[in-house]
This record gives sequence, structure tokens and C-alpha cells, in this order.
Amino acid sequence: MNIDQLTIVKAKEGLKKKEFSSLELVEGYFKNIKKKNSQLNAFITLCEKEALLEAKKADKLISEGVKKSLLGIPMAFKDNFLTRGIKTTAASKVLQNYIPVYDATVVDKLKKAGVIILGKTNMDAWAHGSSGEASDFGLTRNPYDRNKVPGGSSSGSATAVASRMALAATGTDTGGSIRQPASFCNVVGLKPTYGRVSRYGIIAMASSLDAIGHLTKTVADSALLLGITAGQDKFDATTSPSPVGDYLKNIKKSVKNIKIGVPKEYFREGLEQNVKSKIKAALKEFEKLGVKVEEVSLPHTEYALAVYYIIQPAEVSSNLARYDGIRYGLGRKMFAGEAKRRIMLGTFTLSSGYWEAYYLKAMQVRTLIKQDFDKVFKKVDALITPVSPTLPFKIGEKTADPLKMYLSDIYTVTANLAGIPGISIPAGFVNNLPVGMQILGPHFSEDLLFRLAYHYEQQTGLYKKKPV
Amino acid sequence: MEFKVFIGLEIHIELKTKAKMFCRCAADYFGHEPNTHVCPVCLGLPGALPVPNKKAIELTIMVGQALNCQINSFSKFDRKNYFYPDLPKGYQISQYDLPLCQKGEFEGIKITRVHLEEDTGKLIHEIANNQKVSLIDFNRSGIPLMEIVTEPDLRSTTQAKDFLKKLQQLVRCLGVADADMEKGQMRCEPTVNLEIVKNKRKYYTPLVEIKNINSFRFAEKAIEYEIKRQLEEFEKTGLEKQAGNKTTRGWDEKRQKTVLQREKEEAADYRYFPEPDIPPIRLTDSQIKALKSKVPELPGVKIIRFMNQYGLSREAAINLIRTNIRADEFEKKINEAKKYGLSLQEIKINELASWIGGKKFNQKKKLKEIPVIFIVRAKKDYKLPKEKVIKTVNLVIDNNQKIVEEIKKGKETAIEFLVGQVMKETKGQVDPNHARSILREKIKSA
Amino acid sequence: MKSSKLTEKNIKHLSKLAGLKLTKAELSKFPKQLSEILTYVESLNKLDTKKIEPTAQVTGLENITREDKSGKSLTADEVLSNAKKKDKNFFVTKAILEK
Repeated sequence: MNIDQLTIVKAKEGLKKKEFSSLELVEGYFKNIKKKNSQLNAFITLCEKEALLEAKKADKLISEGVKKSLLGIPMAFKDNFLTRGIKTTAASKVLQNYIPVYDATVVDKLKKAGVIILGKTNMDAWAHGSSGEASDFGLTRNPYDRNKVPGGSSSGSATAVASRMALAATGTDTGGSIRQPASFCNVVGLKPTYGRVSRYGIIAMASSLDAIGHLTKTVADSALLLGITAGQDKFDATTSPSPVGDYLKNIKKSVKNIKIGVPKEYFREGLEQNVKSKIKAALKEFEKLGVKVEEVSLPHTEYALAVYYIIQPAEVSSNLARYDGIRYGLGRKMFAGEAKRRIMLGTFTLSSGYWEAYYLKAMQVRTLIKQDFDKVFKKVDALITPVSPTLPFKIGEKTADPLKMYLSDIYTVTANLAGIPGISIPAGFVNNLPVGMQILGPHFSEDLLFRLAYHYEQQTGLYKKKPV
Repeated sequence: MEFKVFIGLEIHIELKTKAKMFCRCAADYFGHEPNTHVCPVCLGLPGALPVPNKKAIELTIMVGQALNCQINSFSKFDRKNYFYPDLPKGYQISQYDLPLCQKGEFEGIKITRVHLEEDTGKLIHEIANNQKVSLIDFNRSGIPLMEIVTEPDLRSTTQAKDFLKKLQQLVRCLGVADADMEKGQMRCEPTVNLEIVKNKRKYYTPLVEIKNINSFRFAEKAIEYEIKRQLEEFEKTGLEKQAGNKTTRGWDEKRQKTVLQREKEEAADYRYFPEPDIPPIRLTDSQIKALKSKVPELPGVKIIRFMNQYGLSREAAINLIRTNIRADEFEKKINEAKKYGLSLQEIKINELASWIGGKKFNQKKKLKEIPVIFIVRAKKDYKLPKEKVIKTVNLVIDNNQKIVEEIKKGKETAIEFLVGQVMKETKGQVDPNHARSILREKIKSA
Repeated sequence: MKSSKLTEKNIKHLSKLAGLKLTKAELSKFPKQLSEILTYVESLNKLDTKKIEPTAQVTGLENITREDKSGKSLTADEVLSNAKKKDKNFFVTKAILEK
């Protein structure tokens, strides 16, 4: 059993063929965790005792022939997913001792499928961040270069999967928080269509933007997980009744003649040259697969970040109002700087006298951004763009200036504003630092995204690379 | 000084649903142990999300229709943001610019809007370890709350009290709420100001919103007090209504006065925005029509009908329609009597009405059959020959052995049931007293 | 769009509305930081949106409701399990002035 090369698909096979046991898997991951986590700080909470117990139970069930789609598969959960009985903090001191009394719907679904919880991963506190440096429990480091950031806010999840401390990990993406760390850590990050996966039991950041997804080594793993987490939830009124297909079924189908749009606004100044060339090279690979690439335009792209930084903090300011310390948590004095900044910003743009000028205006421009995508998807089937304008940056490089940090999100926020799905996949390395690209599609086009991503992945084999 | 009173009412009524507004917790929380009717949603736990109760929406629309409102075919929920310990999420899910119902009229008073929101938890003030503390119970948090706002069309305290009573009667009759003020199921906040004519000029006193009103009596006293106070204050200060000088006062039952609660109405900035967790509500014309057809006969209409149809006095009619159960039971009994072949004149209608409308009537048990004591018929109208009577009596005895046993054991009153059965069998053609005596004979000798 | 100047004075009022107590450092840092962000987002002024419908939700869903049926609640122990201060079955907080 070579943990370094495992994927969920391979692990399932291995368990079935009795090449190894779930206990061996869990032990193997904890071995890696003990080796690497102290330097990378990918986990806030580790559940070794419980996980070993669950693994033994899983092995028994496997031997009895019980069939569950993820029986005995170890995963990590971003620490904004409520896990019953397991401390959940959102990486904030406000919740440093919080033990939930219920499971998030996604946690419940994965547990029912047989998943074993390895632990809770580190993140930017309250998911407010694009680097992994804003955790109240210490920053997380990029496994490919420990002086660089792993990206955020799903920093711990990306790092854990990349450094083989977990087979897969859940994440949330409100403005890029799955896709950007995935691209910085050479893993696959899926942001599903808004409403495809239930948000119930996940600490809300911005309610109309939060998408619930995951980070995996491969595209097939990502498709497998989505098949389990997706679906309408009676506890979340914003989940879609549209049926969940079998995302693996057509994943190998040819992508010939699929039309890929390349929005020119995502390739203007601000995009680092070597990131740009990696994406262009990736597009050439796609053409080899038979897709048709053409330039398109999303004219309101330059306003997306402004819209995002009005709507998101507004919703944040409201969603964090419940943390008054009376029913749970240590109270509002424990909020760190970034959370306070966003709460203040959000309170301001919603306040009387300013609401129309900021919040209403942002909602209107959001319509224009969404319309850009609706129009473009009439011409092409999917879009390919960079994920981050830069390579993984140095720790501390952007922390002094909040606005500078916010600008990291320019290519990712658009998908959240429009609610469309996006998958970030490895596109290569520059100076041994990972570069990712994202494939965006219309609402509920995840199977197309998986198909395109799968072919590219198999062609380039980048997922095989691991940090030294 | 001449003056005119302007009273507007803001009324909150807890809707009678089985579950809470946004979660599945049971809505019958009153009197239960604290914090036992609570879930992640109504407790405001991290990650919890609201899903609206369909029935609560329907009931609110029904009320809006009964109040002759326009029903908005497109409506949504909004967040009203403010901090208070009884508000677990730090915001209340309510409705702002697109309420379910608006622009109606009831009892001559214009209704501005009827909307739906959630109730808060309850605070109890206590002293523990020489410190003032507040204890919080969230059982009430998330209960569906309907808010009705009127225009300032009410012109007197009596009119306001009347309006409240009629509104209470209406929602009870519709079956949408119990609206018991003592249990906090109906709350009222009147806003009062005066138009004063002095030296041929009109002056308006600043608006005052009155809180802490727990009964119709309090409402009456508070408004009366406030009118006097505003007159006095105007005479003293001449202060007039201006944008931003509306104040809030609380009724202090102990001191029998209204007391200022906030220095300046720092218009609380609620930062309303559309609730992102709940998709909007869109109703078709046919759905709105279908809900309208569910609106039962309104109290005002029913009172008049009862008066005309049954010859009841207005008082008796009002008493009966106090609850749906009583009114329905009354009409059911009348219809039963008709099946016996009795006419209205042969029933002691007023006695029946006052019995069903009275305290002794048990709303759960109701009447098994129309009690014979309410039936009066001239002896000459009993047409059935003696043999037939005896035959029927025997039949009734044979079919009701259990009751006969009870009577034999000493439960005398059970015989009324048998009398009723005889009446039923003979379609009322028997003098009940006569039937009773024959039954007694037969049972004794059996 | 109003030109937004966040000063130390109105930042204090804003922090009250936001339910936050700012440190001295934050009180001096925030006006500049927040004003910079506001200036950035004011770029939306360049667009004429008079005739544009606002987007509050992207799902396009409507009428998602639940049937009026009651279900399970948490136990009082669960409800109070993370409370800092409790008294029998109540949450406890310092005394509050009238709403």
C-alpha cells in the first residue's frame, strides 16, 4: 500500500481486494500527519483514537460484505463543517472550545457512506482569507515550499491532501477558497454550482455566495465525492431539486469539439507572466484533445471584485451577529482583525443612507455579471481561466494591506457571484511552485467540467507529482 | 383647546401552527420546561438555516384576505439586523418592502400591511448573587408571528379597544390563532399623537409608541394616560411633531403611567436586506383565489346571520361565535333537531344558545345529542300512537344494553341518552317526558 | 454614491452598530483601511444601473417551504451544552435594559 500514490478510487479497490485494511490506511495517514503536520499546521483537531476505532468497525463491515460507497475511506473536514461531538472552531478563538450538537448535512452524508474522519483542517478564520495566514491557531504552510502560502481559506484541506495527510478533504468556496488553495497546492478543487450541495451545518460566511465542495488528488475522486454530497436538502431551502446524475459515468467520454471560451478580461495586466504562459500551454494541451478554443468577452469582469467586496462583507456582518457568547462561544471580543474589518465594512454598506449606494448597486452589477456568463455560455460550453494572478506568494507578503490580499480573488469571485461551478486543476509548475487553472461552466454542468478536467489530467499526469 | 386623537396600532399575533416558522420544533411551547422546544435553527447555532412553514404563509394570507388586503403575488423575507439576547441570530427574519399583504381595511380602519416574521425568545429578569441578570428561554424563538399594522385612523381609546377585540375575534374565528393576550399570543403597540386646535391653528404633537401592553385593559389605560399627558406636555412646551422626534414609552402598570424608554428615537438602523437563505414566494392568481375560498364566514357576517336565522339577540350571537367550536356545535344541534322532525319553534333556542355559549359547555366533549331538555313541543303535536312508542322504547333498550346497565347501577342521568334515541327513532314524534317515564318503567321491570 | 469618509468619530458609531469593541490600534487603523476599500468598490459608480434588476439570489428558486409538521427538538442538555453561563435550564446573561 503506497499512501503517496493512493486515490479514493484506488483505495476503494484496495480495500475490496483486501490488499490493505481501513485500519492500515488510517494508521498510514496518521503516520504522515505525525511526520509533517507540526511543520505545515494543516490540522486544528486530530481524531486519531476515534478514527482507529471507526476503521476497525469499517474493516469488520467490509469483511461482512457490507456495501457503502466510501466505507473505510479516511477524509479530513475543513473546520467550518459542524461535526457532532468534535470540536469545530472555524479557526477562530471565538469558537475555540465549541463542540457541536449536530452534524452538517454533508458530514452526515459522508459518514453514512462510510467515511472516517481524520480531523478538522485549518483555515483562514471564518473563511476570511486567501492565503491561510489568518487562522487564530497559526498559519498553514505550502507543502511545496514552506515559505509560501498554501492559499485560502481552505488552506489546511489543500495542504493535507497535497502532502498526503488525508486522502481527500472538504472545503468551502465563497470567492475562491477551494479553487485558489487547490491551485497553489497541486490538487483538484471543486466549487459546485451554488445550491448543488447543502450548506446546512456549515458555518456561514456569505449566504448567497458560499459553495460547498472538496479537494482531492484526482478528478475522478472529485466526481465520486460530489455524487455523494450533492442533492436537495430539506434543511437548506437554497438547494436545487434538479436530480443528481452519476458524475463518473461519462467522465471518459471524448471531449472532441467541445467549445472552450477564453475570456480576454482574465488575461490582462495583473496576471503574472509565467502563470499566463502555463495557462496558454494548458490550452494547447486541450486543443490536442480536440476541443475548440476561442476568445470570448465577459465585459463586466473588472467590477466583480468590487461587487464581491460589498455583498460578501454585508452578508458576513449579518451571519456573524449570532456570536454573542451567550449560547455558545467566547463572545465578540475574541474576533480577530480581519473578521472585525469585514463586519465593519458590511455594517457600513448596509446602513441607512448608504444601502442604496453600495448594497443595492452591487446587487444590480451582480445581475450584469451573471448576464455576461449567460450570454457567453450560449456561444461556448465552458471557459478556461487562470485561478490566481500570481504564483503562490511568500508568507507575509500581502498581510499588511487588506486590499492587496483581496486582489488575489479577481479571477475566482465571478463564479460565486453568478453561482456557476468551477474546478481548479493542476496546470504545471513554475520554479517548483504549483500553478492551477480553472474550468468554469453553466449551472449544473459539473459532469462536463469533470470530463474536460479528467482528460487534461490523464494527458498531463500532474497529479502524480508530490511535494518533496 | 380642541383636540383630535390619532391612534395607529401595530399588532403581533402568534399563529396557531403545529411547527415553528423556520424549523420543525413543536409550536406549543407555552408552559413547558425552558429550552426544550429548541433546535439548531431557532437557537441560532452556527450553520443552521431557515426553511419557511407553508401553513404560516397560508394563514397570514387568509388573514390578509379577511382584512380586505391586496395579496402580493411576489413576496419575500428580509433580515432585520439588531443585537439583543433574546434574538439568537442577531437578526430577525421578517418582511420589509414586499410583505404578503397590504392596503386593506377592517371595521372602517385602513390596514397598512400584514406580514410574517418569527418571534424571539423570552427574557426573565432576576437577581442572582446580588447581581441583576437576565435568564433566557428560547422555546418561543421562531414561533410564527403575524404583524398587522394599521394607519393612524383610530380616533378614541374605546374605538382602539373595540378594534383589538374584533381583531382577536376574527383570528379566532378564522382558526389561525388563539390570540390570548395574557399568554402573550397577541401583543399590541399603539402609536398615539394629537391634533390640537389653538387660536384657530392646528398643531400636531410628537408621535409616541407605547410598549409593554399585556391586555385590552392596559391598552385602554395606556392610551388614555398618553392622551392626557400629550395635552399637558403641549400646553407646557408647545413641542410639535418633527421628523425624528418620535419616542417610545412603556406602560408602567404599577405607577399607572407611560414612562420614556429612549431619549431620542435613535431610529434603530435595522440594515434590512433580502434574506439570502430563503427563495422568494410567488403566488398565482388561482392560488390566491384558492386561499380566499378557505376563509370561513367572518364573525361580523356570522353574527348577523345567527341573529336573522335563529332569532337570537345580538349578545347571544356574539357569545356563541366567540369560538368556532361553539358556533359550529350550536348549528350542528339545530340541524340534528331538524332531522328529528323538529322545527325551530320547537327548540328552546335561546336556552340552547346560552348553554353552548356558557362556561359549563365543555368544548372538548360537546353534546352527544341534542339534549332533550332543549326540546319543547306542544303535547298535542305528539302524534305517535302508544303502541309504537312502547315498541320503540323496547328497541332502544335492546340496542343499548350497556347504558341500561349503567342506569341500573345508579347513573340516572344516562337515561337522557335513551330518551334522545327514542326521539331519533321516532323523528321527534314523541313527548320526551312521556318517553322517559316509559323507559324508566321498562328498565325497572327488566 | 456618497463619497465615504470614515473617520475615528463615525467609526466608533459604526462599531456600536456592528456589535464590536475596537482596540485602540483598530480605531486608528480602520478608518484608513476601510476608506481605501470603499474607494475601491466605488468603482461601481462608473456603471449606469438605473434600469437593472438587482440579483439577491442566483438559484432562481421560488416557493421552497416545508409542511407544517412538528419533529424532534434538541434536549435541554444539548441546547445548553456550550453555554458559558447557565442556571437550571436557562441561559444567563448580564441584565439588559429594555429593548
